[in-house]
Amino acid sequence: MINGNLKASYAADERVLNNTYKQTFVYGMMLALALFAGFANDYMILIACKMGILLIAVVGVNILTGYTGLVSLGHGAFVAIGAYSVTMLENGLTGIVPESLTIFVVLPLAVAITAVVGVFVGLPSLRVKGLYLAVATLAANFIVIFLIEQDAFAPWTGGVVGINTHDANILGWVLDTNREMFVLIAVVAFVSLLAAQNLIRTRVGRAFIAIRDRDYSAEILGISLLRYKLTSFALSAAYCGLAGAMFAYFYSRILPEQFELDLSLELVAALIVGGMGRTMGPVFGVMIIVMMPEVIKVFAAYFTGGDAASARYIAPLQEIAFGLLLVFFLLKEPLGINHITDRILRAANRWPFARG
Amino acid sequence: MLRIEDLHLSFGGIKALQGISFEARPGEITGVIGPNGAGKTSLFNAISGFYKPDRGRVFFDGQDITGLSPDRRAELGIARTFQNIALFRGMTVLDNIKLGGHTRLKTNVWQALRYFGAAQREELELRRDIEERVINFLEIDHIRKYPITMLPYGLQKRVELGRALAMQPKVLMLDEPVAGMNREETADMARFILDVQEQFGTTILLVEHDMHMVMDICSHIVVLNFGQQIASGTPAEVSGNQDVIEAYLGAAA
Repeated sequence: MINGNLKASYAADERVLNNTYKQTFVYGMMLALALFAGFANDYMILIACKMGILLIAVVGVNILTGYTGLVSLGHGAFVAIGAYSVTMLENGLTGIVPESLTIFVVLPLAVAITAVVGVFVGLPSLRVKGLYLAVATLAANFIVIFLIEQDAFAPWTGGVVGINTHDANILGWVLDTNREMFVLIAVVAFVSLLAAQNLIRTRVGRAFIAIRDRDYSAEILGISLLRYKLTSFALSAAYCGLAGAMFAYFYSRILPEQFELDLSLELVAALIVGGMGRTMGPVFGVMIIVMMPEVIKVFAAYFTGGDAASARYIAPLQEIAFGLLLVFFLLKEPLGINHITDRILRAANRWPFARG
Repeated sequence: MLRIEDLHLSFGGIKALQGISFEARPGEITGVIGPNGAGKTSLFNAISGFYKPDRGRVFFDGQDITGLSPDRRAELGIARTFQNIALFRGMTVLDNIKLGGHTRLKTNVWQALRYFGAAQREELELRRDIEERVINFLEIDHIRKYPITMLPYGLQKRVELGRALAMQPKVLMLDEPVAGMNREETADMARFILDVQEQFGTTILLVEHDMHMVMDICSHIVVLNFGQQIASGTPAEVSGNQDVIEAYLGAAA
């Protein structure tokens, strides 16, 4: 027996927040975020901004890996392309487009550029799957970073030493503090998440899932593997490009080394921990991945009494904890944290008639 | 409606199909039978576009579709089910059936990301159509929200039929729709197939081992043996054919 589930129309049944628990959770989170933006201290805002940027990228990885079933280890490159496109375009358009309007030109362009690159990186997916595709995308990551670091392009990219970025300027409102950036990032992340959810409950997203679950069955339903795999790559790259753009606006300087394999792996790890192929998976995953180093820091400080010498133990400790966490999830909860919340939600829906 | 002309298909040295020619007539049920390894599923795969024939042509509605990819053939109106159920296991019954509507929908990526507006209208229309034309018809309304993995075999077969029906196909190809089913489930499925023919006027092509069912519901039967077409005709003609009896029972000493 499921409570509160009476639907009088198909529209009501097709709604995303189709019960009171989900509604309470989402509206509660929005309220909490609004309060957070006003009252959290600077450090918490910094962490939250990191989470938001990573979240946008992981939502993108989720479209490709979680829904379409194509593994990529090269999404760090798309974040890089987004970040560098924004910065280089801002530089190039200085004096041409009014500063208060630049973002409206630069942001869509940067996202579009990333999407186009995504299509090219996705081309091998038409022939290879699984591990082979992972290696092919990995190569793309190395190539992009290699190109950025080239001396020949240094006048535009800044080369290995990186490049100073611009502050976002929305119609004259200059977002030069982290708190202002948090507002932008939170709004963009929320819209990204909503758009991804919309995608997977309609024709295009269903086609992605069909390709993941059984590609030949998708074909006989009229789904072109060519078109939809490349669409998935483009969309997922676009999300990462958007995350890269936020990254560039948030930090005052970007360096090629920030977008290397480490980042690509972090994106995939966050997705696995949170739950692949579920809308809220990236949210939970990013929370854990970003919060864990902080928690370890707090614990380490507690046990060592703030001893400065102990700081050198913390970094490797974080790496080890990260690895252990991944192993734990792969063994105990391969469907991610989202699966735990699913179970809680189901129990809540059935209470008091049944448990679990 | 669907016409096969002199179809040849081989894998290396194995000749899977050798000169198959027949026509599935509009609005009728055509059966393809034959012992294991006769080439029935190969024939289906060649018709739906997974295998490229070495020689011969496939015509649909007068149009030569021999060179088209499976998804283009689906767009034209050819639906099929598989012998060993090819549903999307990560989804609910409803989502599986909705996928059948893919070719009829027009939502593009932009509309999908926004949802409200065109995408929503189309989704709700699809939902209504599926509920009325497929879910009620196949009597699966009680399981529409169930994940596929929770369903028994017989119901999974029925859901797969539902997914094909959601395409509103002109030709429906069923690969062993009652394989592994008990008598009651078989009778149910046979009734659904006849209902599809009667209510939607769909042309049906089916491969089946269950002789009773094939003889009962088909108006035309094609018999394959070792890749060759050994007989074709009405159920009465085919069951009296000496070659067919030999293929099934072995040559008389």
